[in-house]
Amino acid sequence: MLRHATKRITGLGLAESRLSTPAATRILPRFYHERVVDHYNNPRNVGAFDKNDPTVGTGLVGAPACGDVMKLQIKVDEQTGKITDACFKTFGCGSAIASSSVATEWVKGKQMEEVLTIKNTEIAKHLSLPPVKLHCSMLAEDAIKAAVKDYETKRGKSVASATDKIAEA
Amino acid sequence: MASKIIAATVRRSLYPRILTYNRPLSTAAAAVAEPSDETVGISMKGVKISGRPLYLDMQATSPVDPRVLDAMLPYFVSRYGNPHSRTHLYGWESDEAVETARSQVASLINASAKEIVFTSGATECNNISVKGVMHFYKEKKKHVITTQTEHKCVLDSCRHLQQEGFDVTYLPVKSDGLIDLNELRSSIRSDTGLVSVMAVNNEIGVIQPMEEIGQICKEFNIPFHTDAAQALGKIPIDVNKWNVSLMSLSGHKVYGPKGVGALYMRRRPRIRVEPQMNGGGQERGIRSGTVPTPLVVGMGAACELAMNEMEYDGKRVTELKDRLLNGIRAKLDGVVVNGSTESRYAGNLNLSFAYVEGESLLMGLKEVAVSSGSACTSASLEPSYVLRALGVDEDMAHTSIRFGIGRFTTEEEIDKAVELTVNQVVKLREMSPLYEMVKEGIDIKSIQWSQH
Repeated sequence: MLRHATKRITGLGLAESRLSTPAATRILPRFYHERVVDHYNNPRNVGAFDKNDPTVGTGLVGAPACGDVMKLQIKVDEQTGKITDACFKTFGCGSAIASSSVATEWVKGKQMEEVLTIKNTEIAKHLSLPPVKLHCSMLAEDAIKAAVKDYETKRGKSVASATDKIAEA
Repeated sequence: MASKIIAATVRRSLYPRILTYNRPLSTAAAAVAEPSDETVGISMKGVKISGRPLYLDMQATSPVDPRVLDAMLPYFVSRYGNPHSRTHLYGWESDEAVETARSQVASLINASAKEIVFTSGATECNNISVKGVMHFYKEKKKHVITTQTEHKCVLDSCRHLQQEGFDVTYLPVKSDGLIDLNELRSSIRSDTGLVSVMAVNNEIGVIQPMEEIGQICKEFNIPFHTDAAQALGKIPIDVNKWNVSLMSLSGHKVYGPKGVGALYMRRRPRIRVEPQMNGGGQERGIRSGTVPTPLVVGMGAACELAMNEMEYDGKRVTELKDRLLNGIRAKLDGVVVNGSTESRYAGNLNLSFAYVEGESLLMGLKEVAVSSGSACTSASLEPSYVLRALGVDEDMAHTSIRFGIGRFTTEEEIDKAVELTVNQVVKLREMSPLYEMVKEGIDIKSIQWSQH
């Protein structure tokens, strides 16, 4: 009788444990929304552009000591100011990876002025980030802004050098 | 007399089974190998997996050995008497069982059964030891010495004492996780009432030089407490060699049940504590409350098994650890073992994978149940305080994972864990801007990072 019980117990009453636990675990901070898991498993637009390319803007934000570093790059059509492509690389938790993955998806095909209006709260809402993970979405917003700024600095320089050349001529 | 006969029968009926019932068991491996009854998969916390993950978190807790469960079951269903009942057979047989368990625990640490007090776990033992001793001797002693890498319950008890006006010295550790004995010696004051140093660290598995610490405490005649929850049944423990006055032990780290622990309290020279719980005066008044017979019997049986199998388990765990580490190192660079490589318990392998953040690695390793450190701190975003005390770079402290290997871990599980870990680390490194920079020859430390 005891052995039988032992076997049943060590055989792991899977069905019961599965039914009873999800409700209890949902309150824990380690719960990830399906979208976070999806972006983590299939991150969109992972990669790198040549950062010396004048049409590429690179935003590198965060710090290794804080556990999050995000690098977001945009490729811009010089004529229209439209972001034609974007990619990212992220060192950080699943939420950070998902936030940057979402950010690259959202900036693609948009005007530069338009992407500057993307708010961290929108990303956080989209991914249902818990309060402890809100900084991941802020980092993504910062990365977008840094990338645009980098592109504009580069372009400003190239425009400046172009005008210099004209002036010299 | 009757109780003696009953007890003898009880023992006869129990022990042959404990010693002969030897069914090989690896719950996790079984689930990984045969996902037959798991065709639908498990979905929990947004994570979907095809079967139960393989279990490599033995420092958090271990499964109950089936032989231990066999010993416990009768005390749940038929011999359910209160061990403190003096008027009938139910009480007598339970009392006998508790006393047997007490001597089983005692013999694993070379103590006398009279020196063992059963509690609810190592946390309670640590509370009784740290606060109980200091409260008892508070007239003369005002100072406690402990280490920065202690378990949270010791540190928290110390914080509590500080609030009451006691002084606490938190000894730093060297980069290998061990304390500096000279520093311990120089920290001792005339009013030092307790030295508390854990035997095996729960996060990084390093073994402190217990005999040497014990020697120093003897020299200055200071009570020495050690949290040996992670050491019990894994490394040989001798309370006399270590010269400990108090030792905290836990049941569920040695394949016993959760919710039971034991406190060793030296009788000669006698150490006294103020009870943290008052009541019916059970356990010589140190820990009032009904002793949970089935749990205590389980802990006793687990200790007896550990005594018989420590050498075998140790060898096996070391082999598996080597297999895991070599397997990972063969495929990955930038893998660092945290803590001393010589003075450590093999079943606890704490690794840092450079340029890969630990939490995302854990998320990817959903088929392997591992942790980024202790279960108590893994919910917070802070890197482990233990690794920080070691002086591990903050970026590396964010990349650590603890693999816990135990009695029921199999070669197949280790191989699978190696495969999954390597795949995940490679995937995340491809995604890591830091790894990219390092490949380009940029020194990450030279960059001015914007702190958030």
